[in-house]
Amino acid sequence: MSRNLFLGTFLSSLVVLAALISFVWTPYDYSALSIPEKLQPPNVEHWFGTDHFGRDMFSMIMVGARTSIAVALVAVGIGMALGVPLGLTAAARKGSWLDEVIMRGNDLVFAFPSLVIAILITAVFGAGAINAIIAIGIFNIPVFARITRGAALSLWEREFILAARVSGKGAARISVEHILPNVANLLIVQGTIQFSLGILAEAGLSYVGLGAQPPTPSWGRMLADAQTMVSFAPHLALIPGVAIIVTVLGLNLLGDGLRDWLDPRIRVARA
Amino acid sequence: MTKFMFRTFASTLAVGVGLLATQAFAKSDITIAMQLEPPHLDPTSAAAQAIDSVVYTNIFEGLTRFMGDGSVVPGLAESWEISDDGMVYTFRLRDGVTFHDGTTMDAEDVKFTLDRATAEDSANAQKALFAGIESVEVVDPLTVKVTLSEPNGNFLFNLAWGDAVIVAPDSIENIKTNPVGTGAYTFGNWVQGDSITLNRNRDYWGDQPTLETATFKFISDPTAAFAAMMAEDVDVFDNFPAPENLPQFDADPRFQVLVGTTEGETILSTNNKQPPFDDILVRQAMAHAIDRQAIIDGAMFGYGTPIGTHFAPHHPAYVDLTGESAYDPEQAKALLAEAGFENGFETTLHLPPPSYARRGGEIVAAQLAEVGITAEIINVEWAQWLESVFRGKDFGLTIVSHTEPMDIGIYARPDYYFQYESTDFQALMDTLNATTDPDERTRLLGEAQRLISTDYVNGYLFQLAKLGVAKAGVQGLWANAPTAAIDLTQISWSE
Repeated sequence: MSRNLFLGTFLSSLVVLAALISFVWTPYDYSALSIPEKLQPPNVEHWFGTDHFGRDMFSMIMVGARTSIAVALVAVGIGMALGVPLGLTAAARKGSWLDEVIMRGNDLVFAFPSLVIAILITAVFGAGAINAIIAIGIFNIPVFARITRGAALSLWEREFILAARVSGKGAARISVEHILPNVANLLIVQGTIQFSLGILAEAGLSYVGLGAQPPTPSWGRMLADAQTMVSFAPHLALIPGVAIIVTVLGLNLLGDGLRDWLDPRIRVARA
Repeated sequence: MTKFMFRTFASTLAVGVGLLATQAFAKSDITIAMQLEPPHLDPTSAAAQAIDSVVYTNIFEGLTRFMGDGSVVPGLAESWEISDDGMVYTFRLRDGVTFHDGTTMDAEDVKFTLDRATAEDSANAQKALFAGIESVEVVDPLTVKVTLSEPNGNFLFNLAWGDAVIVAPDSIENIKTNPVGTGAYTFGNWVQGDSITLNRNRDYWGDQPTLETATFKFISDPTAAFAAMMAEDVDVFDNFPAPENLPQFDADPRFQVLVGTTEGETILSTNNKQPPFDDILVRQAMAHAIDRQAIIDGAMFGYGTPIGTHFAPHHPAYVDLTGESAYDPEQAKALLAEAGFENGFETTLHLPPPSYARRGGEIVAAQLAEVGITAEIINVEWAQWLESVFRGKDFGLTIVSHTEPMDIGIYARPDYYFQYESTDFQALMDTLNATTDPDERTRLLGEAQRLISTDYVNGYLFQLAKLGVAKAGVQGLWANAPTAAIDLTQISWSE
């Protein structure tokens, strides 16, 4: 196991664990306001201190991890669920009008600055976690469609596909039975990267107030709320900031590590 | 090379110091920051407070005017007589007052202004102020007779509003972009999205103010506001948007902090026609579920005065009714149970952008949740708020500060967005408007406050504080805000 993979797995599972534990236990009720206890720096009772409403920051970070992961996971899910079939279809029908339509459609979506459009979508259809998921998800579709098509195209040239065709299998069946398993590695790696980008996008959206709505904690909004208080309560901004860094760094390292580990070409070269 | 660089550096420094020195000795300009930019500059056709902040008493003046302490004093009217029945006001105008375009201000302009405000198609945002005016008559160029349809004890107060400033027919067409008034400052330049500059009016009828020019700068983001103030890019912040930063300014000898009162009653507005809020027990329960001090401490960092009714605590007629809705979650739960909501209910809470609403709303939602009421927070921009809440009346709860002075009369308007319909209250307002005796008016105002407090029309939270920040050398700023205004004529720099 490479160092990247180890560190990435460690950091990512730390965040995932925090999110999972938050379902059953948090040190305090994350939504319980206690104004007299506001703005405490990290201490024994409140490990990450308290925010401007006296809420326990540790509990908020745990539940915030849940929000981030949920939004990013579903968004990546949308991207995969729609992008991969599109990519497979385009590859199977290479050069046909269908291929053109799918890929030019992807180019169109790709051409838009994703976060700006995500802001537009949430501003038009209303702020909230669901719309944030949809907005981020839409921009994951072309990513997966392209990756899938590119990898699938080279596979279609291979002998084992030719064998499958000779044995009478249709394009759809070949795509699912032979192409998909062979691009899965690639998709997992890309999924990890997209996942970290999704977390960043969610933080960005909730920073401008378009992500999960209060009282649901969200790292981006915690940062936004902390903005005017950085000068006298730096932990308010530092803690969610570090949480975002750790998560994104962890996922990127994990993605890198996974690629090194799973990519057959690199594996062969190493052996 | 090093030597050359050093020399350049030294000479730049010398020039810089020189510039600083001249600036320190002849400071006759000021930069005042505000959070919101006015949509245009006609105070007689919009409710936006930002317009008044820029133009009130600076560019435009009315027959009477507010002073910083809230008193109403003569403005363009030198004196007036009121007939014994309180129906006819005869104003004597100041002689020799000219508009910025050189034309003379006379009785015709006053008639034009009041007729315009009372006209059928009037765009005035406060038409109620002028509703009692039956006719305006020009007696001679410096005398105007205003006849009311019924006595109105508030009439001189009403005329002091920014919505009642005197405008001229010649310049009315372009008033929104090129305001021409009688004030001590003339309109200079407007860089949209950034700033408005005013210049001293050499021909002003009154005393010449000290400041030569004034720049109003618009900074909406609280973080940017803090940075601009700390970097001394602006001299004054009229109403600082982030109360949490005030202790830092207070501790810094470069700045002064002015904490005063505003006319802003911050309330949890309740849609009185929407079930379950049509049930007084539900409204009473909500009133007892709210801990005002927690909201003031949490949202405003301690700045603000708890209120129990829709009335400013610094007003002599104010009655402290916070006891009617003291924080008591147990009683709130009991009341909800009595109203048939043992398990609470769900509603929406629309929150406009200011921090009193956004932060206050999170606290209110948490407090309501304690007694079983689930209020879904919906953050909205002002345009959306005006559209869906204020005009559309499509809301359950919302938090907003009603910053108009003496605006308890809005409770007599059943079509107003919180839709409170009480014939008792409407009758009380009619009586009040017909009463001129000060003691009797105070008594009636007290009764009105009690009525809306015990009807629990809205959740009464706190009186918004005015939080001014300025450089230490600035003098003459209004600490309080009896109306939205930044009176430049009073402002000067100390030595």
